[in-house]
Amino acid sequence: MAIISRGFKGRRQEDAPRDRVPPGQYVTNDFPVLSAGPTPLISLDKWSLSLTSETGQTTSWTWDEFSALPTEAITVDIHCVTKWTKLDTSWEGVSVDTLLDGVQTSSGFLLVESYDGYTTNLPLADATNGKAWVTHIYDGEPLRPEHGGPARLLVPRLYLWKSAKWVRGLRLSSADQRGFWEGYGYHNYGDPWKEQRYAGD
Amino acid sequence: MERTAVRGRLNWLVAEVVDLIDETGTVKSIVLDCPDWPLHLPGQHVDIRLTAEDGYQAQRSYSIANPPAGEKVVVTVELVDDGEVSPYLIGELAVGDQIELRGPIGGYFVWTPEHGGPVQLVAGGSGLVPLMAMIRALAESDRRVPVRLLTSARSRETLIYGDELRRLQSSLDNLEVAYTLTRAQPADWQGYSRRVDQQMLAETSWPATERPLGFVCGPTGFVETVAANLVALGHDAARIKTERFGPSGG
Amino acid sequence: MTDMHLDGNALGALFIDLFGQEMTDQNGCCDACGAVNPFGRAVVYRDAPGDVMRCPDCGAVLIVAVRTETRLRVSIQSLRWIEVLE
Repeated sequence: MAIISRGFKGRRQEDAPRDRVPPGQYVTNDFPVLSAGPTPLISLDKWSLSLTSETGQTTSWTWDEFSALPTEAITVDIHCVTKWTKLDTSWEGVSVDTLLDGVQTSSGFLLVESYDGYTTNLPLADATNGKAWVTHIYDGEPLRPEHGGPARLLVPRLYLWKSAKWVRGLRLSSADQRGFWEGYGYHNYGDPWKEQRYAGD
Repeated sequence: MERTAVRGRLNWLVAEVVDLIDETGTVKSIVLDCPDWPLHLPGQHVDIRLTAEDGYQAQRSYSIANPPAGEKVVVTVELVDDGEVSPYLIGELAVGDQIELRGPIGGYFVWTPEHGGPVQLVAGGSGLVPLMAMIRALAESDRRVPVRLLTSARSRETLIYGDELRRLQSSLDNLEVAYTLTRAQPADWQGYSRRVDQQMLAETSWPATERPLGFVCGPTGFVETVAANLVALGHDAARIKTERFGPSGG
Repeated sequence: MTDMHLDGNALGALFIDLFGQEMTDQNGCCDACGAVNPFGRAVVYRDAPGDVMRCPDCGAVLIVAVRTETRLRVSIQSLRWIEVLE
């Protein structure tokens, strides 16, 4: 048995609102930066976002075109698999519904691709009907590179590794392809309320 | 779940806190007695693990501050605001408590007087800890390896091991120490008063022609700057060993 | 802006678990660019959900490690060879 460290409680908070903070999470006021590689610095005149359908048809937006799309203001709680939860984060972005507008698809899945080569996957149903956005404003300011700027995906209902930073492309697919962390043993779906951290949870 | 001992794996060992030393207002040295401790080398680190009553565990890595000394292991811990482990180690831990550790870990960022020199050490903040283990080993050794240290702190109040460094500097003619205080300096301050830059390194370090062994330890940004400047001064990148520490959640 | 990466030193315990010996002073060769470096010199990202170790010369991913409650899953990627002590 491990030695008990008298009086050690860790970061867990007994007074955290249970309806807002998923099991195993603690509330932080910071916005920790997590990365698996160097932060890509993408100039806005080189930036574009693409949406590729299962037939290979691609729609893409330059920064100016993306900025002209209707945006929504979003205030949500976000949950990182490394156990921090940040309450009431405020963002502005373009709903994935808006990006999909006019696209006919029978695809069930979305593979998200980033400028640094990162990928993540999720069911399309978890990205539509007001559940996901491509955001470029955080707390009233342009999203900073370390937090995923110029733009990142935001899917607050899933652990934050699904909210890919430096998003470059959304690929619709009829097959579920595992992304970066999903391929290394993180949960394929990642529901914080069910504590789906690792495959098998 | 406890693992049984597997050959080649690091097992958790139990140590007892035998002394606590206040280094600054937010930095403490923890002196541990660990009966099963394998002898460590200057520059190595340990993992420390805390376990709550309900089984929740958290662990962090800390550099070892003392030269090899039997069962004795000293770590110097800086308080991380909002941290999880360091507030406990600094605020709660008492003499007589038991704690778990595993190690020693590391074979790259390591120096003993037998490795020779000259040696250039550059420390940012608590990056001084593993370098101090090297200096303390030097002080105990018969080998008069020439060592230079440039150490950077925010203010005199946050400079760790200040008195000991002054003592060693006057007693060892093969140790030279230069200081810079980046934020606040006392009125009678004789050292540098800015962040480490190329000119400061040129003035305080061994010239590249001496082919010193370099050890640079500190926060990531500090290490990047120092290593890049040393290379710009002609030092061989392969002879400059770095150890970065980051916001590991404290 | 600086990335908050660490060095291979930070993964010393992982290497001992994996290879049964101290590895930070052992060499590995990046399969992407051919650079030979000691493990201790690698660029390491630890704040991500898992540990990611990259080549210090070209940035290629060398090792990804994910620790779950009961398992350590390791993906050895762009490593042409590694050396261990006999």
